Amino acid sequence: MLKMSDPVLKVEGLKTSFFTDDGEVPAVGGIDFEVKEGEILGIVGESGCGKSVTSLSIMGLLPSPPGKIVGGHIYYQGEDISHAKESKMRKLRGNEIAMIFQEPMTSLNPVFTIGEQLEEAIKLHNQRLPKKEIENRSVELLKRVGLPRAKELLKEYPHELSGGMRQRVMIAIAMSCNPKVLIADEPTTALDVTIQAQILDLMIKLNKETNTAIIMITHDLGVVAQMCQRVVVMYAGKIVEEGPVKDIFNHPKHPYTEGLIQSIPDLHGKKERLYTIKGSVPKPGSITKGCLFAPRCEFVMDKCRVNTPELSGGEHKSRCFLHQEQGRKEVRT
Amino acid sequence: MFYYSVKRILMLIPVLLGMTLIVFAIIHAIPGNPALTILGTKASPEAVRQLNQSLGLDNPWYVQYFSYLKDILTGDLGTSIQTHAPIASEIWPHLAATIELSFVAMIIAIVVGINAGIISAWKQNSVFDYTAMILALIGVSMPVFWLGLLEQWGFSIKLGWLPSIGRDDIRNGVDPITNLYLIDTLLQGRLDQFWMVIRHMILPSIALATIPTAIIARMTRSSMLEVLKSDYIRTAKAKGQRMVWIVYKYALKNAFIPILTVIGLQTGLLLGGAILTETIFGWPGVGLYIYNAIQYRDYPVIQSGILIIAFIFVMVNFIVDLLYGLIDPRIKYK
Repeated sequence: MLKMSDPVLKVEGLKTSFFTDDGEVPAVGGIDFEVKEGEILGIVGESGCGKSVTSLSIMGLLPSPPGKIVGGHIYYQGEDISHAKESKMRKLRGNEIAMIFQEPMTSLNPVFTIGEQLEEAIKLHNQRLPKKEIENRSVELLKRVGLPRAKELLKEYPHELSGGMRQRVMIAIAMSCNPKVLIADEPTTALDVTIQAQILDLMIKLNKETNTAIIMITHDLGVVAQMCQRVVVMYAGKIVEEGPVKDIFNHPKHPYTEGLIQSIPDLHGKKERLYTIKGSVPKPGSITKGCLFAPRCEFVMDKCRVNTPELSGGEHKSRCFLHQEQGRKEVRT
Repeated sequence: MFYYSVKRILMLIPVLLGMTLIVFAIIHAIPGNPALTILGTKASPEAVRQLNQSLGLDNPWYVQYFSYLKDILTGDLGTSIQTHAPIASEIWPHLAATIELSFVAMIIAIVVGINAGIISAWKQNSVFDYTAMILALIGVSMPVFWLGLLEQWGFSIKLGWLPSIGRDDIRNGVDPITNLYLIDTLLQGRLDQFWMVIRHMILPSIALATIPTAIIARMTRSSMLEVLKSDYIRTAKAKGQRMVWIVYKYALKNAFIPILTVIGLQTGLLLGGAILTETIFGWPGVGLYIYNAIQYRDYPVIQSGILIIAFIFVMVNFIVDLLYGLIDPRIKYK
């Protein structure tokens, strides 16, 4: 029996690779994290660090071939679903674990009405529900995500809606079966800043109302600060730092996290050129020895290039020799 | 949808007018005097002049054009020089034969082509995909007359399974009502004849369907490959929808516009009368009818035949245009 404090979703040593003509390309190199009921967990990192691949692995939606889970486990309510059958996954998807995507403009099917797409999501997991009931629930959902004219909206097509409205519809679809976990893959990246804030508020509101756990995948630390309780920082397919949001913002232990925080524009600080982390994420599989961040790190030491640091620490973990040597001292002073 | 349809209908008018003008111009550009053709080269100048006058050929071209247009609008397509019968009533049985054969051929092409294309795209780079695409390549490259002859040799001569020629058995001919034999035999309750008509259609319709099947399969495959990569397909998967359903409902509807375009063009081509297929299988269709008219220099028949083929082509594409609007809601607004 699942206890309240047990994680609703737990990822253990997940390894996902893509098998291309040039051989195996590891996109996710063994990550562990968990989300508890009602919790909002942030997964942060640059493009290409394996955030989306992680979420697709959980959903069982990896493009296969070439993508494949090559190691580790994904536990949903204590049950390993990393190699579950397609029929089993179909029952989970949308019903227990739902997902919203980065591109609201292209995530809805352009030739079907909002109603058809929303009602389908409800009907898929509630086969016996009468038609009238499904329609009422659709209207209810659209109202809940803050869309006006819910009834008329059901008959409209996606191209008649703005980006923000479409993302609200996507959220309504995702919430249609009261999932236990909602994976949001950069849900606000493609939206205007004001709309971004509205969508984030909406997600916080739904989280409070329904107690749905949210995995918020983003490259925007601002979003994390606003929404999440805990955060996982990913770099090149590995977790480099993990902990409560406050700790991470106030006392980052990994130079990469530090860099990400530095590169947030500050309204009140001194006006100077915005900090950037030099270089870019290494190609998956290109670094085989030492710390993955070593080539870009300002504090790189000799041993960083030879040995691979482990993720260590209590509630606030990091994968860095610097921190392990300096104890709880901050990376930058 | 209503305004879209009205707009499309209004746009038909200039197209159809232009079509009649071109057909009229082509016939007038042909050297030689129709009166001389009718009366023979030894006719007296006086007789020629009189005939010209009674045919209205001494009028200026625009007067002739408008009287031609008036005739068309009243359903008068003229009289055949060869048989002296009115063309409008003479051409219908041929047109019906072509329509029936094209219809069956297109059904085969659409069902086989779309399914082959869908499965090829869905299971991209599979054995099925490779086999289907090689067959499609052979299909578009194979000359129809050669395929027709092979079919007759194999299934009629060697195996003796199917008749090789005609629409029906001469000893057991169908009594035409609409001239669409499948419908006529059913109306008369003659199931034996219905079966006979079908047996006659199998070989020519397969020959005729080959190229459209191959073209539709290839278009479906490429269009579906594009669509299957899109975000909304991923959304449908994330909802927990079955892949078969996703492919046949969501993806196909999105991929259908280019497929519909080639279906329209191919249907138009087939309805224009496939002279090669009709000749090989002795199918009394419109292609064979016009081909005979050309051999006899029966200008009124040629003119009306071209006009009807062009008209069918325009109408098929008009229907395709309307279907675009039904399939893709975004089109109406453009």
